[in-house]
Amino acid sequence: MTMSDEQLLSSDTESSDDQPAPTPGTDGLTDSTDIDTGERSATERTLLEARDLSVYYGKEQALDSVDIEIPEKQVTAVIGPSGCGKSTFLRSINRMNDLVDAAHVDGELVFDGKNVYDDDVDPVALRRKIGMVFQKPNPFPKSIRDNVAYGLRVQGKDDGDVDEKVHTALERAALLDEVEAQLDSSGLDLSGGQQQRLCIARAIAPDPDVILMDEPASALDPVATSKIEDLIEELAEEYTVVIVTHNMQQAARISDKTAVFLTGGELVEFDDTDKIFENPEHDRVEDYITGKFG
Amino acid sequence: MATDTPTDTDFGQVSRTKDVAFRLLALAATLVGIVSLAALLANVAVDAVGWLNWGFITSPPHPDPYEAGFLPALVGSIAIMLLIALITFPVGVGAAVYLEEYANDGLLTRFIQLNIANLAGVPSVVYGLLGLGLFVGLLGFGYGTVLAAAFTVALLILPIVIISAQEAIRAVPDSQRQASYGMGATKWQTIRNVVLPRAMPGIMTGTILALGRAIGETAPLIMIAAPTTVFGIPNSFESKVSAMPLQIYTWASYPETEFQYGVVAAGVVTLLIVLLTINSIAIVIRNRYQQRT
Repeated sequence: MTMSDEQLLSSDTESSDDQPAPTPGTDGLTDSTDIDTGERSATERTLLEARDLSVYYGKEQALDSVDIEIPEKQVTAVIGPSGCGKSTFLRSINRMNDLVDAAHVDGELVFDGKNVYDDDVDPVALRRKIGMVFQKPNPFPKSIRDNVAYGLRVQGKDDGDVDEKVHTALERAALLDEVEAQLDSSGLDLSGGQQQRLCIARAIAPDPDVILMDEPASALDPVATSKIEDLIEELAEEYTVVIVTHNMQQAARISDKTAVFLTGGELVEFDDTDKIFENPEHDRVEDYITGKFG
Repeated sequence: MATDTPTDTDFGQVSRTKDVAFRLLALAATLVGIVSLAALLANVAVDAVGWLNWGFITSPPHPDPYEAGFLPALVGSIAIMLLIALITFPVGVGAAVYLEEYANDGLLTRFIQLNIANLAGVPSVVYGLLGLGLFVGLLGFGYGTVLAAAFTVALLILPIVIISAQEAIRAVPDSQRQASYGMGATKWQTIRNVVLPRAMPGIMTGTILALGRAIGETAPLIMIAAPTTVFGIPNSFESKVSAMPLQIYTWASYPETEFQYGVVAAGVVTLLIVLLTINSIAIVIRNRYQQRT
């Protein structure tokens, strides 16, 4: 892997417009670091911040001027009805939308103080700091060991003890006990729930800062789902987790913050999860949560 | 009937006449190809009895049909095939990877794509003409040499290799690419580690089936002035070379009936055996590759 490989990828991707950042949010803060607002604790630090972020697929707008501040080392759930733009939002964080030819992004997505849509940001390098877990488990047709080591290898972190890193990642993903004796058998031989935990192990093995999860449990049975949920809560001790889910109970169970997207890619409300589920500001959010809509 | 008390309910009958008629028609259509091929094979095999023997395989051609042998054409065909495989595999896979993974879905790409599909349908004699002008004339590979023959026929099957490789690459699920890009892999890393391993069995099958087509090509070899009969086996890329179909074609035009039936049949059976061997190798390689993943 050389620099030119990475530039190859970045050169054919969209570059953002160089428009000045509009003032985000109601609290009027533009500094991306060490923000604390009234309802949050003082130690909380904003790691990801969208400022007037809009995403278009061709002429269709998928995300409409989203402003949001996602705190570090917490679980932030993104909920909303189908087609509300929640997956689009998630994929705009690690620039996976770059892979869609027709996608176009306006506004800023600030990660650790840097707008990831700046011209000098390499999306490949960005994705090495932000791991991703997909809706459908997608392990490679390789051994369990090679699946977990994949990120280490492509990122050039495979000097040193790969085996130890693989073991650590599998342990953190609560999968080690089940697969320790069969690390060289194919990842595809595992059950659906195990495959998804394998994908989580793969995502955390290179030790990213953020883990994005796109409905990670929607293809799984209830037992496997509850294992994944326990795991997500534990991961938040070390990682910033952003999880898209269409399951409101799941969001209520595992998240610290909840963002509610409604139709048209609009972020309607973002607050502590307890507040969203017990006493939301907006009637539309209440209607959605109580099942009257969506 | 499971019950002890049968009733006399009548559900009626639905006519199956057309069902049966169509089934027979479809069966007949299936058999046309298979039966005629089987008849041909049986006919040739019977004719080849007594002619296809060790002497035929290991001797050079001879004016006396009882002395005639196939060795130079057999070795020539195999040498051409190997060189064709070496040329078409990297070029075909490279083109397929570019078209599927790198090229934008623009007008130019579609134009290239359309032309590759068209090239797959161009008559082989036209490729022979191209080979004569390009490889024999311009690049000076020499009339009827192994090099000129291999490059000419390679060009002929390249579109087939590209198209089958593209199909194999397209069949790799997008979720696999997403998983790789999501891990911070570059395009090249994704292609090398995820896309190509998964597409490889399909690519190899397509390439080897294309080779099967190449081994029977005669017209382009005639166009680049490959000699119809060669007495020595080729010992370099610049050697004059004949190929099995060309030799068979030549024997078929001899006046002696021993040539027209016995020797030709022996040649045809040899050609078919080599072809089936190549295809079997393809299947073995593909299966071994699939088991490893």
